[in-house]
Amino acid sequence: MSSSTTNTTTISTAGPPSRRNTELAMLAFAVIIPVFAYANAGLALSDELPSGMLSYGIGLGLLAGVGHLVVRKFAPYADPLLLPIATLLNGLGLVIIWRLDQSRRLAVRAEQIGQTFAPSAPNQLMYSAMGVALFVAVLILLKDHRILQRYTYISMIGALILLILPMFFPARFGARIWITVGSFSIQPGEFAKIIIAVFFSGYLMVKRDALALASRRFMGLYLPRGRDLGPILIVWAMSILILVFETDLGSSLLFFGLFVVMLYVATERTSWIVFGLLMSAVGAVGVASFESHVKVRVMSWLHPFAVYDNPRPSWATTDQIALSLMSFGSGGVSGSGWGQGASDLIGFAANSDFILATVGEELGLAGTMAFLLLYGLIVERGMRTALAARDPFGKLLAVGLSAAFGIQVFVVAGGVMGLIPLTGMTMPFVAYGGSSVLANWALVALLIKISDTARRPAPAPAPSTDAEMTQVVRP
Amino acid sequence: MNKPLRRIAIFCGLLVLALLVRDNWIQYVQADGLKTHKQNRRVAIAQYSQPRGNIIVDGRPITGSKETDGVDFKYKRTYKNGPMWAPVTGYASQAYGATQLESLEDGILTGNDDRMFFNRTVDMFTGKKPKGGDVITTLNAKAQEAAYKGLGKNKGAVAALDPRTGKILALASTPSYDPSKFAGSSTSDSDAWTAMGKDKEQPTLNRALRQTYPPGSTFKVVTAAAALENGKYTDIDGATNSPLPWRLPLSTQPLRNEGNIPCENATLRQALRYSCNTVFGKLGDDLGKDKMLEEAKKFGFNDEIFMPVRAAESVYPEKMDRPGNALSSIGQFDTRATPLQMAMVAAGIANDGKLMKPYMIDSLRAPNLNTIDQTSPEEMSQPLSSENAGKLQDMMETVVKEGTGTNAQIPGATVGGKTGTAQHGVDNSENPYAWFISYAKTDEGSPVAVAVVVESSDTLRDDIAGGKLAAPIAKDVMKAVLASERDK
Repeated sequence: MSSSTTNTTTISTAGPPSRRNTELAMLAFAVIIPVFAYANAGLALSDELPSGMLSYGIGLGLLAGVGHLVVRKFAPYADPLLLPIATLLNGLGLVIIWRLDQSRRLAVRAEQIGQTFAPSAPNQLMYSAMGVALFVAVLILLKDHRILQRYTYISMIGALILLILPMFFPARFGARIWITVGSFSIQPGEFAKIIIAVFFSGYLMVKRDALALASRRFMGLYLPRGRDLGPILIVWAMSILILVFETDLGSSLLFFGLFVVMLYVATERTSWIVFGLLMSAVGAVGVASFESHVKVRVMSWLHPFAVYDNPRPSWATTDQIALSLMSFGSGGVSGSGWGQGASDLIGFAANSDFILATVGEELGLAGTMAFLLLYGLIVERGMRTALAARDPFGKLLAVGLSAAFGIQVFVVAGGVMGLIPLTGMTMPFVAYGGSSVLANWALVALLIKISDTARRPAPAPAPSTDAEMTQVVRP
Repeated sequence: MNKPLRRIAIFCGLLVLALLVRDNWIQYVQADGLKTHKQNRRVAIAQYSQPRGNIIVDGRPITGSKETDGVDFKYKRTYKNGPMWAPVTGYASQAYGATQLESLEDGILTGNDDRMFFNRTVDMFTGKKPKGGDVITTLNAKAQEAAYKGLGKNKGAVAALDPRTGKILALASTPSYDPSKFAGSSTSDSDAWTAMGKDKEQPTLNRALRQTYPPGSTFKVVTAAAALENGKYTDIDGATNSPLPWRLPLSTQPLRNEGNIPCENATLRQALRYSCNTVFGKLGDDLGKDKMLEEAKKFGFNDEIFMPVRAAESVYPEKMDRPGNALSSIGQFDTRATPLQMAMVAAGIANDGKLMKPYMIDSLRAPNLNTIDQTSPEEMSQPLSSENAGKLQDMMETVVKEGTGTNAQIPGATVGGKTGTAQHGVDNSENPYAWFISYAKTDEGSPVAVAVVVESSDTLRDDIAGGKLAAPIAKDVMKAVLASERDK
């Protein structure tokens, strides 16, 4: 009886607030702030309001509006913060990319190395529209996130293909993380992180009991049985392989970290964390001592300014970290203001991998912390969703997606700020790149879908015939 | 599953926290260091983002700013008659930094100086384009031109100042360089820079301020001042106790004079007129090292001079034996002096014994023509009493009237001077330096003291070199200053 009494207390005729109006109000800010930023950057760069301001504002407003209406219809109980934060980050990212498009320094640099300098903002706007379209499609087509559970092993194969494919394509900027077809290229790793999260969730939901209970106790740690260890070793080996063959430190870190996190949540065994850390330490040290690419990154991280030394150490091949750090430092506490920094001195990947340096220089410590907190907020909302989710698959998927998002932000921002070695990854939503924008909108769509299911009022229990019968019999 | 989930949430929170801490570290704690890091191009970009203020001589700018189509730098420094003024201005290059006035007064010239904060703020609100302030120098364009032209193709330097105030009037150094050739950051700029660095003649060396030479016989003036100040002799026309030949103390080596000149027991006046090594060598020995050193220090030796551009330290050696001191008293051995230092010696004597602190910036001016800072003359020391200064002037005037310095005579003005030819190199194998220091006087005091040194005095090895090569240059500089004094 106790379960039915708790049920009755949570059911009210009104149900929990759907929070859709909160979301709409937040969305208004998420559109207005980037529009002001755009005006600000335009005024600073050329003393006039940018000509595309109105259409930009309307465009961003439309994207946000469509997103909101679809959420209202198809995920009415969804978390109210996820969509506004994603919109805000995407909108501000567009402004930063537009601002860097105006940089004569980048144009001259592109000319010098024989490239044509094309503005990136229109493309990014198109990607954003595609991203929102994907967001809408996921919300409409995916009736319930539990459907994904059916595709556990298909996801595994899909993820493997996505991860292995770039090995057969030429490396760009020292990393094989692209699939290039003609002039069109995608970064499959961005999508792989979602698909892998789906696979892990499905797999661990089935195996969690075996992994958690059938273990031997050794020195206070529960060690898994050999046959349960298999898949873990495979994932570990895969992330090492990515590191070696695709020279992609970031993805390697992301996938292994994601796996350890999900394993821990599924089994509730701390030993997995210890185990995971040990394995990644062994892998990292092993690869770093063999793979020159990784060694270079580590050394440049430890001594970012060594590249200017005379004589220059042989491993000091790039001044990117030094340039990025000087960009952050020059911004100081309050920043130089939109359009008034010189972050474009970082010629390479200024609007993708290093876009946070522009935030740091032009918006200062205050602005950068705001950005980091926005990312933190997305992760936090994802974690709340996981806590609130009622099904283990949803829990695992939500924690996996938000942890992947969080780790990615940490790896990119930490690399650009010199906290950890630099890896080639993109700042979600802000950095230029179609794959990144599309994948992250899909990720947010999934989180929204899970949170909708989690917060949806439980269906009223069917009237229990048993209960009525007993009542009738009572005198 | 919720317990590990909460822990993961905390872990993600820690990741974000780590980023926030790191961000504070680089954008707050280390921000200033990174902002002004020597590899941070933003420093140079800011320097040239607005027209740089000018360095002004006689009311006319000797520098300029040109708008360029460079990516990083909006403006470029230009120089009018660059080689002539280079020892005064230094250079300001987008690629190679700045030196001397361009570097010392960079804050004023770029407009970033704290003293211009008010101007900047006003400009910000009135929407005026920010502009740098001007540095107004004490130099005299005519005197500088006379000095630079006088040196011509010779290697050498001229320093002239106003004895009454300490204002620098001319600072020339040859061979010179044109700072506009490498003011930018293009390949032609870097070619010019590399070529200049490889030049054996060291064009960037500011010989007037940074090169020390053995002063040779011009230093005898300092020895004479020490003798008068210490009461060794009071009558410049009385015979001195000076045997000839005179052996260096503790040595069998006789000190030689240049040629057969009447130096035995010569009066101070005659000894200076003929430039007697024996007389002044013995005088230095009689006074002793300490007294010589004391007098030299009063004239500014053994200390760097900032005006505000740094001048190298001129040296009267502090540790040496008696023969060393005797040789140092005639400007040989280890005695070394910059042309500026020797000009200061002449100035101290010309200004009746009062040495004024040399300076080259008259005032600093904001773009709105308000004066930010005005330098006022300052007394540096009193190397000799005005009575003794009068005696020494008398002696130096004899040198020009009928001694080794006749080439410096100027009709209508009283000129006092001293020649010098300093030996140098192993066994005096290299070309000697020809020196001349002098001052000119009118009824209103002395408006100019000058020191000239010419390095390439080819074959002339006797004392005439100073009078022949250096004195005419000094004369032209003095004439130029006297003419501009009259025009005032």
